Amino acid sequence: MTRNAPLTLTVNGREVSRTIPPQMLLVEFLREELRLTGPHVGCDTTQCGCCAVHLDGQVVKACTVLAMQAQGHVVQTIEGMAGATLHPMQQAFIDHHALQCGYCTPGMIMTCIAVARDHAPLTEAEARRQLEGNICRCTGYNNIVAALLDGQARMQGGDDVSV
Amino acid sequence: MYPFDYQRPTTLSEALEILRTDVEPRLLAGGQTLLPAMKHRLTAHSTLIDLQAITALCGITVQDTTITIAAMTRHAEVAASADILARIPALSALAGGIADPLVRNMGTLGGSVANNDPAADYPAAVLALGATIHTDRRQIAADAFFTGMFSTALQRDEILTAISFRRPDAAGYFKVPNPASGYVTCGAFVARFGAITRVAINGAGPCVFRDSAAEATLSADFTPDIARTLRFDPEELNEDLHAAKTYRAQILPHVIRRAVIRALA
Repeated sequence: MTRNAPLTLTVNGREVSRTIPPQMLLVEFLREELRLTGPHVGCDTTQCGCCAVHLDGQVVKACTVLAMQAQGHVVQTIEGMAGATLHPMQQAFIDHHALQCGYCTPGMIMTCIAVARDHAPLTEAEARRQLEGNICRCTGYNNIVAALLDGQARMQGGDDVSV
Repeated sequence: MYPFDYQRPTTLSEALEILRTDVEPRLLAGGQTLLPAMKHRLTAHSTLIDLQAITALCGITVQDTTITIAAMTRHAEVAASADILARIPALSALAGGIADPLVRNMGTLGGSVANNDPAADYPAAVLALGATIHTDRRQIAADAFFTGMFSTALQRDEILTAISFRRPDAAGYFKVPNPASGYVTCGAFVARFGAITRVAINGAGPCVFRDSAAEATLSADFTPDIARTLRFDPEELNEDLHAAKTYRAQILPHVIRRAVIRALA
């Protein structure tokens, strides 16, 4: 018979502990146990990236990670990215109107922050390639790409405080 | 997802002990293929054995003519490794083109190769480069490893620990991905060692395979245009929702041609 298991991890800078069924996904744990509803369940098939979070600083799809895999690790969600002011990537999304319905936006921003941090100044073509794992059904991506490029410039300008 | 127990051993012997004694155990590497299958209830297991804490399964080691990549190395790490880029750039490019960046941050070399999905990328590199698969108890040549669709020479209680790749004189990989899923519809990895060319084809058949006619042709004349003369029997190829077997037979020479162009670039 399967047993619930103890889980302790750090989410947005706070250590949290719960006892959970091992089949609970990381996105379920964040949404249902911690009430962090920024990570969305879009496709639930590892396609759309609406559930994207950072696991030890790397962007991953939280619908395809068991919560238990994050045992002892560090998770950041969109809720943990802003300090006293918005993260520069969040501000870039607003300034470029990089969202319409907003469902994909938390995942998009989490991917954009990781991509902006890990790549030398992006070309537009490379920015589009790096967004391959996030699907938006309504913006047509142009504004998202513009926000990513501008957000990267702002992060490299030194106003990035939270990554 | 059907319920299961979760274990995270810290040593190989501890993992092997669970594998031997549990009812229906399954190894969990990155989980990027396994977890979707479990969510669809296509597979059920008594215990998932998470390999992430076994330090012996992590890391990239460079010797003179070979690179050994431990099983739990993520696709993103392979793609980012300067050592691999300097020695087998085709392998870097392949790893950097698997699925998308988010999946590459979790998915692992060992998980992909042990799973042997016909539409996966890594098996083509392993087979074309004549890699050696290391397990907890033996070494297996790539030619003897891939035995059929989703099946390998691994025994039920055997753990893939690392893969050693020989450095080729030239190598290139090209794939036609499904535009929606990104999985390989047809792909070819070509690798030249001296006057010998090895050609591994993925996505097109029930299991990654070498094509002896293509190898003979390219061993004699390693040029893109000679690949146009290759012919494939549609009856030996996959047919699915996304591509007819005749389509696969038609595009394979062009896929190989592009792989050769990349190898020569």
